[in-house]
Amino acid sequence: MERFDAVVVGGGLGGLTCAYCLAQEGMQVLVLERGDHPGSKNVTGGRLYLRPLRPYLPELWEAAPLERQVTKEVITMLGEGSSLTMQFTSDKFRESPAHSCTILRSSFDKWLGERVKEKGGFIVPQRRVVDLMKEDNRIVGVVAEGEEIRADVVIAADGALSLMAEQAGLRGPLAPRHAAVALKEVIRLAPEVIEERFGLTPGEGAAHLFFGAVTPGLFGGGFLYTNRDTLSLGLVLGIESFIKSKPTTETHQIFEAFKGRQEIAHLIKGGELIEYSAHLVPEGGTSPLAKPFGDGILVVGDAAGLALNMGITVRGMEFAIASGYMAAQTVKRAKEKGDFSASFLALYQTLLKESFVQKDMETFRHSLEALENPRITGFYPQWVCQLGEQVFWIGEGPKERIFSILWKGVRQGLLNLAALKDLLMLRRI
Amino acid sequence: MDPAAKLSIDIFKNDQEAHIVIRQEICRRCEHKPCLRICPGGLYSVNKETGEVVIEYKGCLECGSCRVACPLGALAWSYPRGGFGVQYRYG
Repeated sequence: MERFDAVVVGGGLGGLTCAYCLAQEGMQVLVLERGDHPGSKNVTGGRLYLRPLRPYLPELWEAAPLERQVTKEVITMLGEGSSLTMQFTSDKFRESPAHSCTILRSSFDKWLGERVKEKGGFIVPQRRVVDLMKEDNRIVGVVAEGEEIRADVVIAADGALSLMAEQAGLRGPLAPRHAAVALKEVIRLAPEVIEERFGLTPGEGAAHLFFGAVTPGLFGGGFLYTNRDTLSLGLVLGIESFIKSKPTTETHQIFEAFKGRQEIAHLIKGGELIEYSAHLVPEGGTSPLAKPFGDGILVVGDAAGLALNMGITVRGMEFAIASGYMAAQTVKRAKEKGDFSASFLALYQTLLKESFVQKDMETFRHSLEALENPRITGFYPQWVCQLGEQVFWIGEGPKERIFSILWKGVRQGLLNLAALKDLLMLRRI
Repeated sequence: MDPAAKLSIDIFKNDQEAHIVIRQEICRRCEHKPCLRICPGGLYSVNKETGEVVIEYKGCLECGSCRVACPLGALAWSYPRGGFGVQYRYG
């Protein structure tokens, strides 16, 4: 039976980056992907931030199939039948190399898979891993649809749900609080229409986030990213928050209501729906995966819960790529030492801690608690929009002074104990 | 647009073997049945004759939200066999 230096479970960004680095070092690495090709089971909201990746294979990402360079950041607060939109742009977003680009995972991951093969890594598609092989409490390989494959180390890169992390005993089943479900549509639209509608030049893109009345009182929000000739429109709902609300509507109905908002309708008008997808998003929280390693195993990317919701930005893919890179560095050194025990593989966590991955995770460790606050999607957007209505509306009677309207609004909405507590919570983001 | 119409746009390579099986003896004890509302494909429903929850596994987008949401662990849940299930062209 053939034996590999490393077997990677899952052809996503973390797994493929790890495989790429190991193959580059001349190691025997095998990626098992259950879909038709790497990327065929993967979904993104949207966008990749490229700057954090510069220490990790920068030449590689410059040649990647990127959709549009994001130059516009837009946030919309939705009230009932009203909304407030803020838009930010900067010349810094137009600089090269790009700050952030939109991507689509089916083509992106497929491309990365090709790069792995060029370096001599093996990718076997249509192969599902059903179990881990264990001997004397250490992991020695995987069982892939009846076939046993041995390796010095298993890289669990099987996404947010990570059944591998569960089978390795590194965590129990993913808890509702630590995951959100994302629903997404890919809508085809001519590039010129996208550019005109969003006020972009060719190659430039917009990132648009929505929160408020679309998911009132629920932890979640909407997103819209512009790709080359498509839009990615989606809705994210925290699973625990959704269940607890004893919903009377289904997730896809909330999505349809979101799509029906006039703020969205005019942006997607004339577009053709070409794909409907859904995926889990790790929401982190205080302890995503306390120990992303074990005897003979490393866990990378979403599988390790390495994703961050900072409210105005949601990140995961850079963490997946960087963690895959650091897993490869760890495996390389483990190979030199001939030691794949948990105590040596703990080096992986040390590398993560020294990098932006764990530092960002640490900085925003409590952001989930702040964002879970139902008033963020319930009370505040509605309050802001009502205030907007009072300021801009000219009725039949005499108009009250603008300052007086605003002062009353602030007094009612912000000068109370609940708002002060919320403000203090926001320091965590 | 109802979810069935949306799913019809996607590419599925369906297996004859269900990858999600509901353990009815556990499911029966569940009061709120969040699976009926969380599934982005709207694939869970209650069979009017038997009163049991059933799933149309063939339109599954493999997100796993039902597995996370199921409070009693009533789902014998696995991904479809290699090469089967939804194949995203955009993602």
